[in-house]
Amino acid sequence: MGEPLQGKNIQAALQEARIEFVVALPDIVTCDELLWPIAREDNFRLVNVCKEDEGVSICAGLSYAGKRAILLMQHTGFLDSINAIRVMAMDYQLPIVMMIGLQGLEEDRAPSESAQNGVRIVEPILKAMDIPYLVLNDDSDSSAISKAVDSAYSAPRPLVFLIPRLGNSG
Amino acid sequence: MTIKRDQALKVLAQHYPDGIVVPVYQAAFDWMAIRPHPLNYLCTGAMGQGSSHALGLALACPQEQIVVLDGDGSLLMNLGTLVTIGHQGPCNFLHIVCQNGIYEVNGEFPVPGGTEVDFASMALAAGYREAHTFCDLDSWAKSLPELLERPGPILVDLKVEAGEPYPRDYPAIHSEEARERFRSALAVRQTG
Repeated sequence: MGEPLQGKNIQAALQEARIEFVVALPDIVTCDELLWPIAREDNFRLVNVCKEDEGVSICAGLSYAGKRAILLMQHTGFLDSINAIRVMAMDYQLPIVMMIGLQGLEEDRAPSESAQNGVRIVEPILKAMDIPYLVLNDDSDSSAISKAVDSAYSAPRPLVFLIPRLGNSG
Repeated sequence: MTIKRDQALKVLAQHYPDGIVVPVYQAAFDWMAIRPHPLNYLCTGAMGQGSSHALGLALACPQEQIVVLDGDGSLLMNLGTLVTIGHQGPCNFLHIVCQNGIYEVNGEFPVPGGTEVDFASMALAAGYREAHTFCDLDSWAKSLPELLERPGPILVDLKVEAGEPYPRDYPAIHSEEARERFRSALAVRQTG
């Protein structure tokens, strides 16, 4: 395992990927290191939503005008938004890019081996929905973000980044 | 008193002939027949999500007026959207709710609260700049031109009943063709 994933490097990668909008509900894994800094700084337009499926649709609307966005949420929000994601990402193949914190994942386990049902089922669901995803395990994985986002918008197709832990959180 | 929905939409088409509209379900089917146009954003997919798609468009295209034709059953499925929209405060956002008290395309079963739900009060409490309720066609026709000129977000609750029956063309509202048509028309609009 390399250096812990750093929020500032994720932000830099999102800027490199020309993300303009961050649509978000707070997630304990990413809140301190990523969402709070985004809210305090002026690098992105932050859209706080009340529920994650709103965010899926806001990202869809933005995409028609060529605006790039990322939906930041907890895995529970992903599970709660499955129908909206099914339509926008699978049926319509829109570039819905999601960054999902895996709250509750044990430190020594992979997501697929978690004792937490909600965490353990995320990857199988993504596979069943045929949604490409990357697990950002350590800081070196940040370097893959920009290219992956570019690919999602070029295709177009959905994309998920899974975040097991960030900095000292999780 | 209620307004025939198709008559209300014909008034809208008269005053808003070529702008972006995000219609949902039966309002979408009516609207497609009343004002067929490439800037109709038909593919909202999941029920309740129309206003959220429209917010994305409004944030992406601040120079464009965005009109949502929502339903009461749809809005009840995503009430948090009122707060999200109120918080973002897009000036170019007119949110029209066609309130008939039923899930019209799902067996006409009553929505919770029936026709008594006060969406205008909810919108104001959520941070919309204005909200109005109309239950007669003349008042709606008289007020609409000004509503289209004033800064939003504005919510309009139209107390409606079904008018002329229009075909429920579900393949059209989920079609790739509709999505591409909208995307292309929006691109032309933005570069023009």
